[in-house]
Amino acid sequence: MLAEQAAGAHAEPVPAAQVRPARARPLWLAGALLLLAAVMIAGLLGGAADISPWQVVLQVADWLPFVSADAGLTPVEQGLLYELRLPRVLLAAVVGGLLAMAGAGYQGVFRNPLADPYLLGAAAGAGLMTTVAVVLLPGSALTTPVAAFAGAVGGVFLAYALGNAAGRTGGTATLVLAGVAVTSFLTAIQTFVQQLGVEELRRVYSWILGDVSGGWDQVRLVLPYAAVAVAVLMAHGRMLDVLAVGDEEAGSLGVRAARVRLVVLLAASLATASAVAVSGLIGFVGIVVPHVARLLAGGSYRSVLPLSLIGGAAFLVLADLLARTVIAPAELPIGVVTMFVGAPFFVAVLRMRRGVAT
Amino acid sequence: MIRVEDLSVRLGGRDVLDRVDLDVPRGEWLAVIGPNGAGKSTLLKAVMGVLDHRGQVVVGDRPGSSLKPRERARLVAYAPQTPALPPDMTVFDYALLGRTPYIPYLGRESRRDREITAGVLARLGLTAFAARRVGELSGGERQRVVLARALAQQAPVLLLDEPTTALDLGHQQQVLELVDRLRTADGLTVITTLHDLTLAGQYADTLLLLAGGRSVARGAPAEVLTGALVGEHFEARVMIEPGPGGRPVVHLVRGRT
Repeated sequence: MLAEQAAGAHAEPVPAAQVRPARARPLWLAGALLLLAAVMIAGLLGGAADISPWQVVLQVADWLPFVSADAGLTPVEQGLLYELRLPRVLLAAVVGGLLAMAGAGYQGVFRNPLADPYLLGAAAGAGLMTTVAVVLLPGSALTTPVAAFAGAVGGVFLAYALGNAAGRTGGTATLVLAGVAVTSFLTAIQTFVQQLGVEELRRVYSWILGDVSGGWDQVRLVLPYAAVAVAVLMAHGRMLDVLAVGDEEAGSLGVRAARVRLVVLLAASLATASAVAVSGLIGFVGIVVPHVARLLAGGSYRSVLPLSLIGGAAFLVLADLLARTVIAPAELPIGVVTMFVGAPFFVAVLRMRRGVAT
Repeated sequence: MIRVEDLSVRLGGRDVLDRVDLDVPRGEWLAVIGPNGAGKSTLLKAVMGVLDHRGQVVVGDRPGSSLKPRERARLVAYAPQTPALPPDMTVFDYALLGRTPYIPYLGRESRRDREITAGVLARLGLTAFAARRVGELSGGERQRVVLARALAQQAPVLLLDEPTTALDLGHQQQVLELVDRLRTADGLTVITTLHDLTLAGQYADTLLLLAGGRSVARGAPAEVLTGALVGEHFEARVMIEPGPGGRPVVHLVRGRT
């Protein structure tokens, strides 16, 4: 039945206009950006009853260069928005985008839908190093992010090295198991160090459950790392699609899979580390957001990565808004909100993937 | 077109392949046969260059060791026995992966890449499937899609590992006829592993019989498919008779009780 088409010499090239390869569709991107903008306005507004959403929009426009708009806000209200709300919303957006993208990157590298910054030793490494910094070098705020960064990269690479040592044949599952082992080990050390410095416990605890109220300093600190990580990850969408057929077949297509994997792994770890450094441990963003992106717009990393970046930002801004408002005037740690959403989601993904080998 | 000299592969401290030679002229079809665990798939992977090996692989006039992975992938295309098919990927995107060796590392597919892919799909009767997800396909369709990816590579050498696995009789014939036509039309050089001896004898110009990682016989189907060789290396009782075109047909013979 296919003899007719197949017979004869090289078929003429068929116009490719009617077939579109996977790519982020402008409509989805526009929708995601719109959602992000709406959530950010809501985040800026959050709780302040006497400011209207429209005033917030005007005020944001006024902050932009070359634009001047009169929102009619008092200097105190302006100061509240600019010094407290805006950096908080921005930090949540950047951290959310980074974590979601890092999750997508890890999932691509390990071909495992449950791969996540928190499964691979990154979070544990960052947690350990931060605790060490807080306990051993109290009072130096600057060392904390640097230490977290070193710890996150160290944690992932420890898992990576262990996974490789445990055997090439075990494939990606070995690496994830190695990550779990590294996580347990580093968490044990972290608890030990933490108990040594009991008087610093409160600071460590608030960091461990996530905190995006660091202000402009933290935003400025994270942006350069974020830019590099996002750029590298975005550029590797197509390569991650090639990796989806496995190392051997990717190799037969002329791709050095191990090298691609290393580059993406580095970038995803940089994203994780910079997010963790300024915000603490915020779980499950890296699993929830890429999965929703995949369900909505298909499995190609060329759409999953950009949608995760935008969607992750929106998700975490929203989570922060909830954290600030549900038990106002008290605040929940933001990590509690993401875990509350993320843990059931994780189980759902697990059920969906039941029977699918990883 | 493709020549292999003294090819050995050690996996887990065991010689999976031991000094195998082969030489396939341009446009010919070599079928690698042998009992389970003889090293058939390993041979194809080593020829593709995705396995560490000793010995030489020469593609055209270029030694494999001098080829970069991308260059090699433009000369040799490989379809594995059990391809990893990302279930969410569309047929078109999957076939488009075959263009990878032509796309710069961080680049994207050109219009030409898409046209070639669409052309291959049309040629294999898969145009109507272009937007379908790979996970939704039947076994026969899947085999054709994997073949489409390999053909999109536009490589003069095609390595197919058990292209008929899990296919019913009609689909086995379809796939092999298709490969044969493509071979004639494009002058492709084809190396397949095949566990069905009769099929191997029907389609291939030359058979290579592997046993325990060694090449034990090589030649025209009638020379390799003899009662003695098959009986010895497959530990099977067979009856072999001349079939269509003088090519041998292998029958299993039920044991006496």
